Amino acid sequence: MNSKNWPLFEVFIRSKNGLSHKHVGSLHAADPAMALENARDVYCRRNEGVSIWVVPSDHITASDPGDAEELYEPARDKIYRHPTFYTIPDEIGHM
Amino acid sequence: MGDNGLILGQRLAEWCGHGPILEQDIALTNISLDLIGQARLWLSLAGQIEGQGRDEDKLAYFRDANEFRHLNLCEQPNGHWGTTILRQFLFDAFHLPLLEQISKFDDPQLASIAQKCVKEVRYHLRWSSEWAVRLGDGTEESHEKMQQALADVWPFAGEAILANAFDLELAEINPAYNIQMVNKAWWSTVNDVFNQANLEVPAANWAPQKGREGIHTERLGFILAEMQFLPRAYPDAQW
Repeated sequence: MNSKNWPLFEVFIRSKNGLSHKHVGSLHAADPAMALENARDVYCRRNEGVSIWVVPSDHITASDPGDAEELYEPARDKIYRHPTFYTIPDEIGHM
Repeated sequence: MGDNGLILGQRLAEWCGHGPILEQDIALTNISLDLIGQARLWLSLAGQIEGQGRDEDKLAYFRDANEFRHLNLCEQPNGHWGTTILRQFLFDAFHLPLLEQISKFDDPQLASIAQKCVKEVRYHLRWSSEWAVRLGDGTEESHEKMQQALADVWPFAGEAILANAFDLELAEINPAYNIQMVNKAWWSTVNDVFNQANLEVPAANWAPQKGREGIHTERLGFILAEMQFLPRAYPDAQW
């Protein structure tokens, strides 16, 4: 068994219904079915989740850290875009 | 039930830190811990029913080989990864239908323990079946190794599904207990998975095993020596 040839998968877990899936880490597996079980065994041992997504890592297109200036900095001084002028009722819960 | 979980759990724990990849090392350790957790429940209940003041630890660590009542399948060596998978699969395919039966018993304590175990064991069976198929129907080399490993563990499987005098006696007291139904479910799972895994049922007969009557193979002594050493050497040791 040579796990060096196994592709990498990214693991996303929904900790409870109503929340979004969150990236928790990555793992190696021979195929998506094995990735799902590995994710269950590695990342859900302590009651972490109610739903798992696994995605082949090479299917994720990521932004280049070198582009940070043009991608993110322009948003930094535009505080008027933040919805901080509204009060959110407690009953809404997670936004 | 308790001894099956305890001894197989102890066997699987030998893999801890030695699994082929980190993910499967953890998967197997999870199963080991599930089984030991189940053993704690069954043994606690057994001690309680016995009423001699023996708790789970007393039963696990202060009995000798001939007082253990598990299937001899559980104590067989880990072999290679494929051997461990097939031993696990043959056990899970028996363990699940038996637990499903016990979960419907009138006795609330037995039923509630079984109901908890069923959820864990359903995953164990899913996991071991998948690996059996993956390796049985994998490469030529993996297939050959699996068929050979099957020849090693197969003779011990019969003890799980063949009725002994105890089974017949119990069925008379409790009609909800039916080893023939477990036997049927076992064969159906085994045939289904072997079919997918391209594995052949070995021609060899069942070896007559009497683990459930306390007659074990020479393997058990070594397991107990390791498992029981500490509490026997230091009887008052605390976790």
